[in-house]
Amino acid sequence: MTAMTLVDSWTMTRRGLAHWARQPVQVVVGLVFPVMMLLMFAYFLGGGMTVPGGGDYKHYLVPGMLALTMAFGLEATMLAITQDLNKGVIDRFRSLPMASSAVLIGRSVLDMLQSALSVLLLIGVGLAMGWRWHGGIGDALFAVGLLLWLRFAMLWIGIYLGLLAGRPELVQAVQILVWPIGFLSNVFAAPESMPAWIGSIAAWNPMSATATAVRDLFGSPGGHGASWAAEHAGLLAVCWPLALLVVFFPLAVGRYRGLSR
Amino acid sequence: MWLIAEREGKTVADSDPAIVVEGLRKTYGAPRAGAKRPGGKPALAGLDLTVPSGTVHAVLGPNGAGKTTCVRILATLLRHDGGRAEVAGYDVLRHPDEVRHRIGLLGQHAAVDEELSGRQNLEMFGRLHHLGGRRAAARADELLERFGLGDTGTKAVGRYSGGMRRRLDLAASLIVRPRVLFLDEPTTGLDPRGRTEVWQSVRSLVGDGTTVLLTTQYLEEADQLADRVCVVDHGRAVANDTTDQLKARIGGDRIDIVLRDAGQLAAAASVIGMATRAASVETDPDRRRIGAPVTDRVAALTETVRALDAAGIEAEDIALRRPTLDEVFLHLTGEHMDEPTSGGTRAKTLTEEETSV
Repeated sequence: MTAMTLVDSWTMTRRGLAHWARQPVQVVVGLVFPVMMLLMFAYFLGGGMTVPGGGDYKHYLVPGMLALTMAFGLEATMLAITQDLNKGVIDRFRSLPMASSAVLIGRSVLDMLQSALSVLLLIGVGLAMGWRWHGGIGDALFAVGLLLWLRFAMLWIGIYLGLLAGRPELVQAVQILVWPIGFLSNVFAAPESMPAWIGSIAAWNPMSATATAVRDLFGSPGGHGASWAAEHAGLLAVCWPLALLVVFFPLAVGRYRGLSR
Repeated sequence: MWLIAEREGKTVADSDPAIVVEGLRKTYGAPRAGAKRPGGKPALAGLDLTVPSGTVHAVLGPNGAGKTTCVRILATLLRHDGGRAEVAGYDVLRHPDEVRHRIGLLGQHAAVDEELSGRQNLEMFGRLHHLGGRRAAARADELLERFGLGDTGTKAVGRYSGGMRRRLDLAASLIVRPRVLFLDEPTTGLDPRGRTEVWQSVRSLVGDGTTVLLTTQYLEEADQLADRVCVVDHGRAVANDTTDQLKARIGGDRIDIVLRDAGQLAAAASVIGMATRAASVETDPDRRRIGAPVTDRVAALTETVRALDAAGIEAEDIALRRPTLDEVFLHLTGEHMDEPTSGGTRAKTLTEEETSV
């Protein structure tokens, strides 16, 4: 990475921060939405839920909600990319003598920043709800690292899908699809409680791996499971995002370069 | 045209052409989301174009002629399939960065960040030109002032009027004074006031020695701004001349007569044909109008009035005029598209065009 790439990426990040300053409501809504989900599932539905191996559902839910929020970040990234593509401003960037990677790097930095804030806020709300982490600070930081690692993989899927879709209207389809995919995991309920074949898919969902690994690191209930996938959640929480990145990072970069085809 | 007169008096220091395009070909790939046209049909089919430094060159053509494709290739936004394109002495495929250092682009759609203010936009683009923070800020102030946007403050560009947005877009193309400025349909979608604003801004630039390549569907725009016009149709250049030369191609001046009584149209046409000695006379029954090319303006006018009077045909209006670029354009592309076998076909095409203008 050259000095020019760094400087230009910073300029692009500043652009995003300026958007935040101009549209604080959007930022707040983006941060509050996962909190609202957490509260809804904890207090509206949580009473009827049982945790595999026993324990308070709220303590099971907080790490799951963190993993889900990281995965749902995909649509925010995708929306931002399609909006840029359609405003024509991307043509200006591409005709400037700037590092062409800076547009995507700036997007990444900004989205990761937003997600880090979101993680902090959710942990804060979780603490207020009575959830605690029982491991050391090192384990907690590792858990946050795994969450952001998942978000980073989702970021590049979002960039790729945004470039592929090209239009903001198509983001709606993704916004609907992320729900079944998000729920087909152990975020809200144990895969063992689902029909067998659905449960095994849910157990292998990348979100399940991250959620289980994070539960384990935080010492929350549900940190272990019956399946192989649950037993090796830590490994999968590292490998799944890596595998997704291996596929989607080159696809996204290729697609961005391919804008000139 | 005053623009030509002014520019011909000036010697252009750099005699190398600013833009060289040879046999440029581009066919868009498989259809994909956001693609403007289906795959298969070439957008450019061997376009040739040479633009001398310091001139304003218009690329004129209908929708789908390949104008935007050409500009996007020259501005390094799009890769061509065949042929050669050089801007400011650099091949656009091999040295895109060198080209980007030397160009400004005003695309069809405002290429600015609508959520930011004008100043924030210009500062950002200045930083991306690597001016550094302080110089980028100073340049932003200068440009805002120059384009009459100095009092826009922190207002988001999304709340600008169309003309203001276009001027900001133009300012963003001029952060570093470009050697070549591309204007892709700069006034499409603007109201007449916005159009005048943009024209004035473009004229003020031309004096600086910047080479301007302008695409337009508006013949008036080419007439107003350009030294030379390249007429493009189906991805090829069908003519490349000064506006005056183009107009000369269709013949000299024209006389238009509007009759009071449409019933006399046929009789009047033959009278006028004899009076003007024109090879072809066009009639437009809907408007009760007869048109003919003339060589000697005053003699033709006198003869026509006298002949009509003698035949007892009453005219509502008689006018001498230069041919419009619309007529030139249809003359060129109409011929190109369906090789007319007689003058009659061509005349008919012209008449149709006149009614649609």
